[in-house]
Amino acid sequence: MALTAREIFLNGEPYELDGRTRLAVLIERLGMKPARIAVELNHRVVPKAEYERTSVAPGDSLEIVNFVGGG
Amino acid sequence: MAVSPKDSKMQDTALVLGGRSFRSRLIVGTGKYRDFAETRAAVEASGAEIVTVAVRRVNITDRSKENLLEYIDPARYQILPNTAGCYTAEEAIRTCRLAREMGVGNMVKLEVIGDQQTLFPDVAATLDAARVLVKEGFIVLPYITDDPVACLKLAEIGCAAVMPLAAPIGSGLGIRNPWNLSIIIEQAKVPVIVDAGVGTASDAAEAMESGCDGILINSAIACAKDPIAMGTAMKMAVEAGRIAYLAGRIERRLYASASSPLNGLLR
Repeated sequence: MALTAREIFLNGEPYELDGRTRLAVLIERLGMKPARIAVELNHRVVPKAEYERTSVAPGDSLEIVNFVGGG
Repeated sequence: MAVSPKDSKMQDTALVLGGRSFRSRLIVGTGKYRDFAETRAAVEASGAEIVTVAVRRVNITDRSKENLLEYIDPARYQILPNTAGCYTAEEAIRTCRLAREMGVGNMVKLEVIGDQQTLFPDVAATLDAARVLVKEGFIVLPYITDDPVACLKLAEIGCAAVMPLAAPIGSGLGIRNPWNLSIIIEQAKVPVIVDAGVGTASDAAEAMESGCDGILINSAIACAKDPIAMGTAMKMAVEAGRIAYLAGRIERRLYASASSPLNGLLR
């Protein structure tokens, strides 16, 4: 799957960004609570304290996970 | 802590994992429930203090979905993220690093699966992942085959416990190899937690009677017709089995030994 010049991979799917975006802003736009998620940007875990100063740009690969039921 | 009726002097120690003490010896999973409300009720009924969860991608398209942690309060329960579904050490390590960023501590249930049909662990990959995770400061509780040597190696690496399976995950077959389990328990220098395969309360009691330190149960509670009642049954079985172990069972013998006096009989 190829990305357009405006897209990132968000959990494996293309997602259109409005250019370079701060991670904290993107998370808020997605309606997620930082306390309930963990984030990996280009295969590197991003500590919660860095959401404000981390930016996501087209071409990046972003993974956002949470806890679900499991054994 | 006191474990049995007032007349007994019996004392039990706490279950200690990575320096943390737990009164309950039952760890429960949160998979396969109908909904989060049922999950919460069954977990409460089980009396468990440690609760396993899985790490998965957030559903981007359906954000109305509730979050498990709204129902299982991390302030009240020790959350134990697992690496279920990981088939390589790298995937498992990556999952643990993400799980730690959730802010619920650094205790993880490590599982590296080796085969889709049996869900038996890949022992070599589990050892590899455990080495890295212990070095990174995780409290590692590894799911492993009922293999005494693998358990010894995991303890040497620095895992906080070993969690041998009783039978395949979700099979409900009970303890398929009680003799191996006994060897693991006898040799272990870390707590032994039976993980996977328990079908009903008697299986849990049997495991505890054999002297293991705890049990991890998911399917047997979640898939029971009444998960909340089964949560209660498992709580009681784990406690009964533990007390029976501490009380010391009688020797098995081939022939009868009368319980009533042999003298003073009417003739």
